[in-house]
Formats: sequence, structure tokens, C-alpha cells
Amino acid sequence: MGKSVTDWVLFVVLLIGALLMSGPFVWMIATSFKPAAEVFQFPPTLFTADPQVDNYRRIFTTIPFGRAMANSLVVSVLVTLLQLITCSMAAYAFACLRFRGREALFLIYLAALMVPSQVTLIPNFIMIKTLGWIDTYQGLILPYAFSSFGTFLLRQYLKSIPAELMEAARIDGASHAQIYLTIVLPLAKPALGALAIFTFVAQWNNFLWPLITTTKPDMQVAIVALATLQGQYNTDWPLLMTGSVIAIVPVLLVFVFGNRAFIAGLTTGAFGGR
Amino acid sequence: MARRRPQLTKVARAEERAAWLFLAPSLVLFAIFTAIPVISAFFISFTQWNLFNEVTWVGLGNYIALAHDEIFAKVLGNTGYFVLVSVPVQIALALACALALNRGLKGQTFFRVVYFLPVVTSTIAAALVWAWLFNSNFGLINAGLSLVGVTDLPKWMGSTRWAMPAIIIVSIWQNLGYAMVLFLAGLQNIGKDVHDAAALDGATGWDRFWHITLPLLSPTTFFVLVISIIGSFQVFELVLVMTKAGPANATNTLVYYIYQNGFQFYQMGYASAAAMVLFLIVLAFTLVQYKLQRRWVHYG
Repeated sequence: MGKSVTDWVLFVVLLIGALLMSGPFVWMIATSFKPAAEVFQFPPTLFTADPQVDNYRRIFTTIPFGRAMANSLVVSVLVTLLQLITCSMAAYAFACLRFRGREALFLIYLAALMVPSQVTLIPNFIMIKTLGWIDTYQGLILPYAFSSFGTFLLRQYLKSIPAELMEAARIDGASHAQIYLTIVLPLAKPALGALAIFTFVAQWNNFLWPLITTTKPDMQVAIVALATLQGQYNTDWPLLMTGSVIAIVPVLLVFVFGNRAFIAGLTTGAFGGR
Repeated sequence: MARRRPQLTKVARAEERAAWLFLAPSLVLFAIFTAIPVISAFFISFTQWNLFNEVTWVGLGNYIALAHDEIFAKVLGNTGYFVLVSVPVQIALALACALALNRGLKGQTFFRVVYFLPVVTSTIAAALVWAWLFNSNFGLINAGLSLVGVTDLPKWMGSTRWAMPAIIIVSIWQNLGYAMVLFLAGLQNIGKDVHDAAALDGATGWDRFWHITLPLLSPTTFFVLVISIIGSFQVFELVLVMTKAGPANATNTLVYYIYQNGFQFYQMGYASAAAMVLFLIVLAFTLVQYKLQRRWVHYG
């Protein structure tokens, strides 16, 4: 009896919490259908009597938002693929192969996790600028083609693969490349999936680097395009909310379909590291 | 010539060669985009450079200037305020949510997803909506406050007093789910049998929470604490969208100041020095926490 009353109260509290957590999303979607004038009404309306579906066309004609979405997609997908390759190769070396300097090198990779990305921001910007890579895909992608975090995550996972499996393959005459491709990669699928989703979401939402390394509207990614829509004097709020709705759709899709793998990627650091 | 190192067998040598080949792509990228930049940032912080003129070596000049920079002092204070308020509140709320959502309630999966959604949303999109909600002329928040009878409505982002609390609220809203998921994973690591055994011994709910759950959860709490503090020191996008560091630098934070100096004023040396200060603070906090963890973190 006591327990069920507590649970009931908890349920109501959680429901209020859920309203607070999802409220801004509801507001974002509701505003995206409003006519511009209605936005400034006080008290505000939630649902408009006069829904403007046209906002969803206007966002693509007012700014090159279609191009920005495509840029985001290209950059995020390529970064994800490249990280899967470079991190899994490095993780294979760290977890399954013996070589001199392994521990020291791994420590250096771990130490890199501690460096705030703002520390490397300026030197990387100077390098990209010197190379003439401002407003290029390589400038957006290459600095993220590798990550210490991904290497660490995959190494922890690969460590759990029994060494006998790989030794047996060695005795059968398999090369390291064959072992990596036919044994390690298939076994590491859950960890690779977690890393893929995690990287995609992080890259899609990456803001500061694309902001400083792109100047042309045609090379902007969706998130940067959104931020530039917020004008100094006049902000077209319905348009801004429309863009925000569209820009979070890919991430939501990835999250809904890869929920489990995503959470695994997030929590690995907490428990795999011990 | 004497060989110092013992000879490796043929197999071991092949393995060593393979290892370096597998490492090569990652090593090259790591060197170019992480290792060399970290070292460069250190050296750039001793120079004066606006990207166009010659680089001038100024020694500790930038650091001395930072020490006398009133805005920088304010920036440090603001960042400290943000970290000190947002981290404890966020951790307490996240732990409460995790405990509530670990009891097998109805709709628990739904709640978990809803509470986690802000984490995957881009900070920019989130900040844009909240900027709008907090707008003091036509925002929903003040509309709600006036509805419940508040007459002295805060000007939020336009006020030196309320701008930072507004940013803190959004930050907690956005990051709560991340800490919650970590706590949930931690709670699931604690076996149900431990609780059952304690319940048999007559321990009440609170007793069990303080003497069993909390100590067993301490490694997770430690991780959440470290991650949250590191993350909070780097608050930037919320500031950029919601207040642009205003009013009167009331919400200027370390990373925003680095961005301002580097990419608006083109003072690469000065910005790099500020970045090194950020690095040192984060490093110091993390090391202190590692030292302190022996006192309160219990590994099972």
C-alpha cells in the first residue's frame, strides 16, 4: 500500500518533469507553424489557428539550407566512417599486438582525452588557413578523422576478445590484416555501432570548428546556418524554429534506431575504464 | 657494434611491423591535429600574432596581461559561478531521476527517452528555443510567471543578475539526461540481491540509500562529477546564442573569451594564453579529484 502511493506520487512528479523536458521541443514545433506576427503576441499562443506550412519551404529558399543539410550529412558520414577505420586499426594494435612503446604511446593517447578542444583550436585553425582549406570539406573533416576516445573505447572492447581465437588463426597462417578483417571487426560490431552513432551525433552537432573554418554560406553546415539565421536586429523566429526542427531530425532518427548502441557508447567510459 | 636490445624473433619482429602499420593512419592524424597543435598552442601563447603581421615573441607578456585584465577576472568568476551552481544541481537531479526510473514504474522507458532527448539535440537549436522562451517581452516563461502572479518579472538575458541563471537552467536541462543515463547504468551494476539482503536485515529505504546505494554508486558519481566539471568549464554555445556574453560581460565565460580574442579580435597569442589557463584549470581540477577519490570512492 505504502509503496503504491509513493509510486503514484513519483509518477506524477516524473510526468511534470517530462513536460518540462519536452516542452521546449513542443514549443519549437508549434512555433515553426506560426505566422511571424503571432510570435510576438503576449500572452503567447501555443498552437496557431493559422498554420503556416510555407515556413518549411521558405527555410530552403531564404538561405541555402538544403545545401547546409547536405554538407552536414556528408561531413558527419565521412567523419564517422574514417573514425571507424582509424580507431579500429589503432585499437587492434593496442589490444592485440605486442610492440615496443605500446604502453607509453597508449598513455599519450589517454592524456589527449584531457586536453580541451579549445586548446588545439587556434593552431588547427592556423594550419587549415595556411593550407588554404578554409571552406573545404577536407578542412571540416580531417581534424575529426581520428579520436582518442574512439581508440580507447574500441581497445577496451577488443581486450575482451579471447587471445586463443587470434592465435589459432595465426597458426593457420592468417595474416594480421586477415585477422583484423575476418575476426576482430565482425566480433567488434556492437562497439563499432556504438562508436558510429556516437560520432555521427557529435559531428552533426559540432559547431565551433565549422563556424570558424567556413565563410561561404554554401559551405556552412546546418547547425552553423541556424545560428547565422539569428539576426542582429530582426529574427525570423518561425523560420528559425523550422530550421531547428529540420536540423534535429537526422539525429533523432539515429538516436531512435540506435538507442541501445548509443547508450553503450556513452556509458563505456564510466565502466570500461576500470 | 654492440646490440643493447635483445634480438627479437622473426615472428615478434613481423608483429611489431604490423602494429606500426595498423597505427600509422591514427598516429599521423593524432600528430597533425592533436599533438603538434597542443605544443604549438603552448608556444603561440608566448607570442603576439594577429595572423597577418610578423609573429613577435613576448615571453610571459600575455599571461601578465591576463593577470591584469579586468574582463578576464570577470570571465573566471562567471565560469566559476556557472560550474559551482550547474554541476551540483545537475548531479542531484540526475541521481534523483535515475533512482525514480530504476524502480520498474509504468512508462519508465518513455520517461528515460524524454529526459534524454535534450542530450542529443544540438546546443545551438536548444539555445535558440530557450532564448525565445526567456525573452522578457514575449517569452513563454515570463508569461507563465505573470500568470502565477509575479509582478516584478526578471529581464533574464537582458539583466546582469538573471542572465547567468538563465544559461544555467538551460545547461541543466540539456545535460541532465546524460548524467541520468550514467547513474542508471551504475544502478544496474548494483545487484538486486545486495538490496534484498539488506532489506532482510531490517534496513529501511533511507538506510539502504545512504549505506549501500550511494557507496556502491560512488565510482559512477566520481565519473559523472569529473565529466560534468570538465564539460561545464567549456560552456560556449549557450552563451553565444543566448547572450553573446552580455550584458556587460555578465555571462562571458572562458571559452567565449578565447573565441572572442582569437576569432573576433585576431589576438592569437592572447587567446592561446587564455586557452592554456583553461587547460591548467581543467587539469588541476581533474588531478585534485583523482587525489580525493580515495577518500570517498569505493570500488566493489
